[in-house]
Amino acid sequence: MPEIRFWQGNTAVAMGAIAAGCRFFGGYPITPSSEIAEIMAVELPKVGGKFIQMEDEIGSVAAVIGASIAGYKAMTATSGPGFSLKQENIGFAYMTEVPIVVVNVMRGGPSTGLPTKVSQQDVMQARWGTHGDHETIALAPASVQECYELTIDAFNLSERFRQPVILLSDEVVGHMREKVVIPEGESIPIVNRKKPKVKPEEYIPYKPDPEDDIPPMASFGDGYRWHVTGLTHNEWGFPTNDPDVTESKIWRLVRKVDRFKGEIVKCDTYETQDADMIVVAYGSVSRTALSAVREARSRGIKVGFFRPITLWPFPVDELQVLLDGVKAVLVPELNCGQMVLEVQRAVEGKAKVFGKGLVNGDLFRPSEIFEFIKEVA
Amino acid sequence: MPSPEVLGWLRQRFFPHIWCPGCGHGIIMHALLRALVDLEKKKEETVIASGIGCSSRMPGYIDACTMHTTHGRSLAFATGVKLANPELTVVDVMGDGDCTAIGGNHFIHACRRNIDITAIVMNNNIYGMTGGQASPTTPVGAYATTAPYGVLDVPFDICKLAVGAGASYVARATVAHPLLVEKYIKTAISKKGFAVVEVMTHCHTQFGRKNKRPRPIDNINFFKDNSIMYNKAATMPPEQLEGKIVIGEFANVELPEYVEQYLNLIERVGGNS
Repeated sequence: MPEIRFWQGNTAVAMGAIAAGCRFFGGYPITPSSEIAEIMAVELPKVGGKFIQMEDEIGSVAAVIGASIAGYKAMTATSGPGFSLKQENIGFAYMTEVPIVVVNVMRGGPSTGLPTKVSQQDVMQARWGTHGDHETIALAPASVQECYELTIDAFNLSERFRQPVILLSDEVVGHMREKVVIPEGESIPIVNRKKPKVKPEEYIPYKPDPEDDIPPMASFGDGYRWHVTGLTHNEWGFPTNDPDVTESKIWRLVRKVDRFKGEIVKCDTYETQDADMIVVAYGSVSRTALSAVREARSRGIKVGFFRPITLWPFPVDELQVLLDGVKAVLVPELNCGQMVLEVQRAVEGKAKVFGKGLVNGDLFRPSEIFEFIKEVA
Repeated sequence: MPSPEVLGWLRQRFFPHIWCPGCGHGIIMHALLRALVDLEKKKEETVIASGIGCSSRMPGYIDACTMHTTHGRSLAFATGVKLANPELTVVDVMGDGDCTAIGGNHFIHACRRNIDITAIVMNNNIYGMTGGQASPTTPVGAYATTAPYGVLDVPFDICKLAVGAGASYVARATVAHPLLVEKYIKTAISKKGFAVVEVMTHCHTQFGRKNKRPRPIDNINFFKDNSIMYNKAATMPPEQLEGKIVIGEFANVELPEYVEQYLNLIERVGGNS
């Protein structure tokens, strides 16, 4: 029988991580994500896992990468300023192709900003926060149930694609309490990283599997010897400046995600069939947006609702197929206009795109989004 | 010539190495490899971690589980590896800038935590790879590309820093004393707890040229002439120790080790059942 819990979003992230097989957490205190570290500190040793409070945000993601190289599924959680601090090492994990999960419970920025208040100002940082090219996988939960499920997805995606996956939660989703249905253990799909099948002396650590462009990953301690470096490297993992090798490595980092976008992207829709307007919203905002769309529908306004669950990759095709007859796309978000840029790109001029930003630390009221719909209608 | 056993620990396919002719880092790598051979460590169960800099290129040349991480952060990466898999022998090789400037926080906390990792700090008093900028161990008055009129700020004493922060083993030697380096590294790796071996080495290319020690031999002679054993130094007044290098064991104490304590904690809360 599935179990029922009444949890906070941050609790659901921690418990989802453990259900996904996470057995290592490195953290540093920061509002509004600290509950995740606190719960991991309690729960991980009970299942034989390891929790460590590191000396800073940089060290916590570094320890997590180290644990993953040693074969553990590992996670760190933070918020705005901490997410900024972690960026260099997140880039190291992209370059060295080490699976990790990074949770960012978004709060108001820039800088120290509004530690206890909600925002969605880190959407572009999640995409481009670290220097250098890479593909980003970032998931935005809108409910406590999704905090649980998407954390499991985040682990599965990071293990499959051998790269960091960002769970882009926000202060409202992280701190609200809701019913969560915990599926039975066996019914939870779990993906584990591909291990090398060759003998240690035949192992070429960054030789991609032609099937999916992803090299099988050995762990330190399981009999294989290999070199990990953030420098551009060849298939042996050894530093190189060779233009051809460099070109091929960086394009592969992008391609290994790009070619499976269709399987990665997730979204949710409501009443889009006959819509002549679509509201695009994600995370906590999607909840008030959906209630505004329902209100508008009850008054005869033909408006639909589209919620990207993977913010990155953005569900471009999934939005495009809804655009027949749509004149306007509305993007309310808790920033000065970030995801609206990606929506414009996806819409390709087939409809007018209107953004509405809010950065006062509050969530949109349904009435505000309803007014926004009426203004455009 | 290195012994066949030592050569067996090298990734000779990746040579030539990047170090300048006459660099001291090779002496330290050789001492480390002799220690690993003597301790009968297995390559598959030995992790060599590093950050960024000339000395941090060392892991690439060692045929073990090696990890060349980000600048200053290697101890945090190594902490994750060790806590995840306590069976592994973890050695972290660092330069003075890597360890005490950008990585200073990780260094003092690794000492405080007393996690079973050996840190080998190759102190050449300069940022060599980036072109000879002053580091936190460049002596007052010495010249560097970012200290063209002489360094003003007082250098760290890495060993005293490590002792103060709680490391269970702390020792210093120089590249003019390779057998001592090997002995200290062996003791450090065998020590259950955080162990620091600072090895004074030279960058004749970047530090020596500007500071009247332009040839490798000038530096070796400098180390020979100016090193004083810890026990003797303890009897000398501070003014006589001015400009000298105190070598020897600064600490060798039994303290609770972090990973062992965490494994006990798991046991206590029933995590092994």
